[in-house]
Amino acid sequence: MSDYTSKIKEISERLLKEEKVEIIIGFRKGTVPMMNEPCFVKTPEDVKELVWDSNCGINLANYLTGRKEKIAIIAKGCDSRNIVTHIIENKIKREQLLIIGVPCKGMIDKNKITSMFENEIMEVSEDKENITVKGEGFEKTLNKNDVLQENCKICVHRNPVIYDELAADLIDEQKVDRYEDVRKIEAMSPEEKWSYFDDLLSPCIRCYACRNACPLCYCPTCFVDESMPQWVGKSIDPVDTRTFHLLRAYHCAGRCTDCGACERACPMGIKVRLFTKKLEKDCLELYGWQAGLSLNERPPLDTYRPDDPEDFIK
Amino acid sequence: MKDWKPRIVGFLCNWCSYGAADLAGVSRMQYPPNVRVIRIPCSGRMSPKFILAAFMKGADGIWVSGCHPGDCHYMEGNYYARRKFALFKNLIEYMGIEPGRLHFSWISSAESTKFARVINEVTSAVKALGPRKHGIKTMPDELVKSKISMAK
Repeated sequence: MSDYTSKIKEISERLLKEEKVEIIIGFRKGTVPMMNEPCFVKTPEDVKELVWDSNCGINLANYLTGRKEKIAIIAKGCDSRNIVTHIIENKIKREQLLIIGVPCKGMIDKNKITSMFENEIMEVSEDKENITVKGEGFEKTLNKNDVLQENCKICVHRNPVIYDELAADLIDEQKVDRYEDVRKIEAMSPEEKWSYFDDLLSPCIRCYACRNACPLCYCPTCFVDESMPQWVGKSIDPVDTRTFHLLRAYHCAGRCTDCGACERACPMGIKVRLFTKKLEKDCLELYGWQAGLSLNERPPLDTYRPDDPEDFIK
Repeated sequence: MKDWKPRIVGFLCNWCSYGAADLAGVSRMQYPPNVRVIRIPCSGRMSPKFILAAFMKGADGIWVSGCHPGDCHYMEGNYYARRKFALFKNLIEYMGIEPGRLHFSWISSAESTKFARVINEVTSAVKALGPRKHGIKTMPDELVKSKISMAK
């Protein structure tokens, strides 16, 4: 990963020195292990702060919304797809962007690692496929593939879809079954489904971290904050919580790239991607659509075909 | 629950299905009285929020009806609506709403017989499922009312 970091630094420094961009959006080391934080670099001197490792799961496209300056952004596969979505939704112009693509080998799931150890983790380092976790009185080496984020395990777009510079050579894409868990739920009876989601959502504290982390959620007034009419109650009543999650997912229909930002942000460890993945699966099956792959195609809910499937309509 | 009657909310497009309801009425057609009609300007106006709000407040079934594809008063409203409905129906059923609770149809203003037929189908589908078991929100004022009645 250190070669990624040095290449990113090299490109960033060059872009800032040549004044091709005003800021670089990337990651720097966080104050606690496994928590890299987004950072905005504005001078060539600060470029040294930039890092790249397996803790860069936050989706940086979230920081592009409505910006006016010339920006270089570091983008892994999912970030680049969200940048495409941002461009086709007129939230940023392609000409403003210089995309530094990073072929991504997956991000690690900090919750999974934290839950493996009783004591506090003080240091996490990585070397290719190995993650070494250190804390008071313990040191353990884990295989990176065992502790990947769930969405990274089933990622089929690890290479950036658009980029101007590349931080490393492109890598092979995985061939995986993306929708196994969705099909399992689809096979349940309505009663089982209902109780499955009741259990799934019962820890939800309605903190809206999933919404805030999502690069798709940029409405000036979110439906949860609307009053008169108030569509969703603000309590943690199970019906309100379920309605919130349903509508949040539905707002991402045909736009979600399964970057996993929502699930990563959830303090209660709820698998909120199960909702967005269902919509993603339907968009693929009904309309042959995968979000964020092309600048020239309109998203599925912004277009139609006269012969769209309608067997559910009387 | 012997005398339970389903409460169904019908969202009908002003330009077609609402007219079909009128025509069915003046033609003295018989159909079940369980649908409460809400007139919308186009099926494209339907927001999933309407459906969720109705379900949350206790509707047993919901029926959305608009113009046939190609006949939209606004040229393409129902085409967009069709995609929205397909994804929404799948999602809401994925989350545990029974398939017979949410219905969609295309009915032109001349199709009063189809109107009567669909309203029969919708009502009997919802009747067969019985009252909703989950997902109805007890409103605070109803809670207060029930507390008052308990105190009495």
